[in-house]
Amino acid sequence: YTQAVFSCQFSDSAGYVGFANLPNQVHRKSVKKGFEFTLMVVGESGLGKSTLINSLFLTDLYPERYIPGAAEKIERTVQIEASTVEIEERGVKLRLTVVDTPGYGDAINSQDCFKTIIQYIDNQFERYLHDESGLNRRHIIDNRVHCCFYFISPFGHGLKPLDVEFMKALHGKVNIVPVIAKADTLTLKERERLKRRVLDEISEHGIRIYQLPDADSDEDEEFKEQTRASIPFAVIGSNQLIEVKGKKIRGRLYPWGVVEVENPEHNDFLKLRTMLVTHMQDLQEVTQDLHYENFRSERLKRTGK
Amino acid sequence: SCAGPVESKTEAAMSELVPEPRQKPVVPTKPMGINTSLLGYIGIDTIIEQMRKKTMKTGFDFNIMVVGQSGLGKSTLVNTLFKSQVSRKSSGWNREEKIPKTVEIKAIGHVIEEGGVKMKLTVIDTPGFGDQINNENCWEPIEKYINEQYEKFLKEEVNIARKKRIPDTRVHCCLYFISPTGHSLRPLDLEFMKHLSKVVNIIPVIAKADTMTLEEKTEFKQRVRKELEVNGIEFYPQKEFDEDLEDKTENDKIRQESMPFAVVGSDKEYQVNGKRVLGRKTPWGIIEVENLTHCEFALLRDFVIRTHLQDLKEVTHNIHYETYRAKRLNDNGGLPPMTVETEENHESNL
Repeated sequence: YTQAVFSCQFSDSAGYVGFANLPNQVHRKSVKKGFEFTLMVVGESGLGKSTLINSLFLTDLYPERYIPGAAEKIERTVQIEASTVEIEERGVKLRLTVVDTPGYGDAINSQDCFKTIIQYIDNQFERYLHDESGLNRRHIIDNRVHCCFYFISPFGHGLKPLDVEFMKALHGKVNIVPVIAKADTLTLKERERLKRRVLDEISEHGIRIYQLPDADSDEDEEFKEQTRASIPFAVIGSNQLIEVKGKKIRGRLYPWGVVEVENPEHNDFLKLRTMLVTHMQDLQEVTQDLHYENFRSERLKRTGK
Repeated sequence: SCAGPVESKTEAAMSELVPEPRQKPVVPTKPMGINTSLLGYIGIDTIIEQMRKKTMKTGFDFNIMVVGQSGLGKSTLVNTLFKSQVSRKSSGWNREEKIPKTVEIKAIGHVIEEGGVKMKLTVIDTPGFGDQINNENCWEPIEKYINEQYEKFLKEEVNIARKKRIPDTRVHCCLYFISPTGHSLRPLDLEFMKHLSKVVNIIPVIAKADTMTLEEKTEFKQRVRKELEVNGIEFYPQKEFDEDLEDKTENDKIRQESMPFAVVGSDKEYQVNGKRVLGRKTPWGIIEVENLTHCEFALLRDFVIRTHLQDLKEVTHNIHYETYRAKRLNDNGGLPPMTVETEENHESNL
């Protein structure tokens, strides 16, 4: 048969065809089904990971939390704990799974602590690959990790050896977003210095963190640049509501003042949340098109075909 | 779509957040968290906008096939549907041209744009269908073409290093043109639709509907619907794929009342009541193509393009293609057919 495919635009005769409505058709189904997103949080104990997650999604994901003492921690290996919550906003349903990694960095010898994490990520890829290759593909569940917040301690001078090793091991498997935790322990100057240090070390070690895609023509170029320039985000989280100027806000009350979580002058929390929420789709896409495809082609090559 | 300000959603939101039983991940899960309060706005609904931007950027493919005897106005109709010259009309077979001995498959692609949305439209014509004296099995080349596109897609999908966006040449929609005899379907119509409704979405249309009066049209449509039902022909939208009550109600109405659409096509414009309209001029009046009291073209257009275009693609991908794929896997012993794409070797081990 003959096939001639060429691109050219025909000027429409006075007439509206109506397929400009197409994006709405596409999303009607998605809105009905709802969206899924899996976020992993990694970092040493006590860096405020859980508090930050609760602040980000205005929820209490860990209601009955038990914090083990040091002696118990000696015995512990890294656990993987996944919690799922359904959030609905303006008719849009999101099923958010937060994968926590308690025990990371706790052991005296932390050499193997990210193996469990790598295994978890690979297992999700493996399951997806298996489902995708199967006969019945109608209800594939996507449990793959779309984004990993890596918590950097504000107490050091930059990245620790464990941080470097972890990121090097995982940057080919998941989108890494580095976050400086408990940023309220730093002055603004100290913060800037630490950020620069961290970025230098990241580039020195060839670590590939998640890159924000370029702004679209109608997006705020400046805002995007500002967001990019703030990475790694220095954040503060809080489970407490404090009254400031008649409003109840999330914050931390010190004798010398109140740190407001959602105040952009106090920390990058809002930037982090905005970045995450406005890039959920892109994070999923990069996971699918880059990390998953890499896993898949490695895997298929290994099974020797 | 939502109703009401964000604040009042708190109460409503809580009733939505009943944790559904969900397949457990391989590792132990904590009990499902329930939102205790949603003070403030996170911005999750922006994901809709993100998706729409992405789809607008990547654009849409749509592949539509037209099947029917020569002269039933297939090309004209497609041109009218997309308001562009996307199909070359054949003005009958010249003496020098031979009627093709078998059905030919001609696929021509165009990029059309509207409201910032780009569509790569491919029209697949099937000249020669039903034109022979002996038309036995004339649907076979068509079925073969359709399956070849599934095969192409499958091959790319199982590739080790596969493309980010697999080019989609699969036929999303097949318009089958019924001759407006006013009597009933012809045996060829039944045979074609019986065979092909299993592999592709078929939308039957009654061509050149301006040869029938309103009463004749209504009767003919009823008779055709009955015949299709009696012969177990599932045309699009297929009953078994209605996903929920909303779909079912909408589609039932279309299946039982509107289809098959009795259409008239035209690419000529005339002035009627001060407006430019597409139509056919006769001594006894102008037939306005987009006038619902004259013919059902507008219904077909809205159905295919404005409401069900995405669904046509989804049914093709999720149902017809999956059926093909499952059969291929079963034939291959349950294993996905693997290819290592090398320069020399474009053959696969399928």
